[in-house]
Amino acid sequence: MVDVLSRAEGTEVPRRRRTPGKKSGGRRPWLMAAGGAVIALVFIAPYLLMLVGSFKSRADILGVPPTYLPESWHPHNYVGMWDTPETPLPYNLVSTIVISVCATLLVLVVAMPAAYYTARHRFPGRLAFLLLVLVTQMLQPTVLAAGLYREFLTLGIDDTWLAMILVNAAFNLAFAVWIMHSFFGGVPKEIDEAATLDGASRLKILRHVMLPLVWPGIVTAIIFTFVASWNEFAASLVILTTDKNQPLTVALTKFVGQYETSWQYVFGVSIVGIVPVVILFALIEKRLVAGLTAGAVK
Amino acid sequence: MRRLGPLPWLAPVLLLIAGVVLFPAAYMGWTSLRDLSEYGIDRGAAGLENYRNLWEFPDLGRILFNTVVWVVGVVGSTVLISLGLAQFLNKAFPGRRIVRLAVIVPWAASVVMTATVFYYGLDAFYGLMNQLFVDIGILDKPYGFTKNALSAFVVSMVVAVFVSLPFTTYTLLAGLQAIPSEVLEAAEVDGASRWRSYRHIVLPNLRAALAVATIINIINVFNSLPILRTITGSIPGYEADTTTTLIFKYIQTERQVDTASALSVVNFGLVLVIILVYLAVVRPMQED
Repeated sequence: MVDVLSRAEGTEVPRRRRTPGKKSGGRRPWLMAAGGAVIALVFIAPYLLMLVGSFKSRADILGVPPTYLPESWHPHNYVGMWDTPETPLPYNLVSTIVISVCATLLVLVVAMPAAYYTARHRFPGRLAFLLLVLVTQMLQPTVLAAGLYREFLTLGIDDTWLAMILVNAAFNLAFAVWIMHSFFGGVPKEIDEAATLDGASRLKILRHVMLPLVWPGIVTAIIFTFVASWNEFAASLVILTTDKNQPLTVALTKFVGQYETSWQYVFGVSIVGIVPVVILFALIEKRLVAGLTAGAVK
Repeated sequence: MRRLGPLPWLAPVLLLIAGVVLFPAAYMGWTSLRDLSEYGIDRGAAGLENYRNLWEFPDLGRILFNTVVWVVGVVGSTVLISLGLAQFLNKAFPGRRIVRLAVIVPWAASVVMTATVFYYGLDAFYGLMNQLFVDIGILDKPYGFTKNALSAFVVSMVVAVFVSLPFTTYTLLAGLQAIPSEVLEAAEVDGASRWRSYRHIVLPNLRAALAVATIINIINVFNSLPILRTITGSIPGYEADTTTTLIFKYIQTERQVDTASALSVVNFGLVLVIILVYLAVVRPMQED
């Protein structure tokens, strides 16, 4: 059953219709491919600049006029950047990881029951609940930063990981609720009924039938929350004041000085901060829109 | 458990929203009516003093003007470019998958990091983007884009468009893919020109996707801090500020959390209005 369902999803659509116009799209596919290459280049050019810059020596990257490629490749930046007077980078990486991982786990634990229940049951207040969730999705820590700052100060948890875990969890909750809600909603009710029929096989059915069906939704929620928390900047900037507590996004700004900037380290940190999340994001690429637009665009 | 109904299932979400969204919003409203010292000590009620401070802020007009230019310019350009980009990516061509993946990179990447590389690239002396402009003949000599408020603000807008394109393009692409190919084929058979079928079939069908993309972008762009902070942050004065960057200047530089709260309340109200428009126009959660 599982196989049938998941396979149907993958194969049905492309096979059905093979009209020449739709298939080839443009009339000159290779010309379009060239256009595509230009577009791709524009979108990754700034990141190529980071990559190349991260291999330049300090003198090289501040050289006038600048050169496109390093005069000599300087991979040592990736070692040197961890030990600088500007910021304690190993701590910053740990902060980013701890905050992102904990926020993601918290989101899962909190969002999954709500997503399941709202997908499976009709009850008074259901729509109001979903609306509330939707409204939080559209709010951002930026607009509440002053309030969050005061709140955590009053509670005595300003400048802690806990504060940022809560912030990241709260503001990414909506995406997770929504995407998991739609996946739970997509599982045929018969599966639940079958699971309730026979107590002994209930867990088995949930694990072997339900879980594989909703797994893509869960993975999407995990990755999205993780990446958003990983990149969070505005709230961290005002809530985390001790340099060792700050995440990579805030730490990065420490390398940019008024008089001199260690660009080679800025870009080394950027590459470390960007490459993992780009790979993760690419994995959920197809499901991002549905989660962000609350199903308004399928 | 059963008698409690939905509550045990929803309580964790409600608690988190109450504690980290609703409470700070209310607390912000309260703080905006208080007089806080530089060190955060509450010195009593201030009435509307903080709002009056804001109102009398000499650069307020400029900042409001900037905010409107920022939101309208960035969102407008983003949506227009994304329309073309989505149309292009909806066609089949060799390597399309790779192009689509390249387009999401600025979406996944930290916006501070992206803004920082532009700040570097546009430096008048060692900036490689400047060098590229000179080498391909756009500029005679490198220009200090980030040195004066106006050009730094414009550059920030370009960067904001750049990082907003992926989400917008993907949303519009999802909208395009939802248009049944039969309809377009029928139009083609009937001899409709490309432009006609685009205007009369594609655009009307894209209305929902366009509305969603536009409104979510308005909120994101309005709330955007990192780009302006990175690119225009070192320029003295308020010529390149929006209301959002001003909030952070109040918190961090001026240490006036009370005035920052007042401005945040205003911003928050605006965002709520935009959300209401979203709910009214787009009617999300259509499955219900």
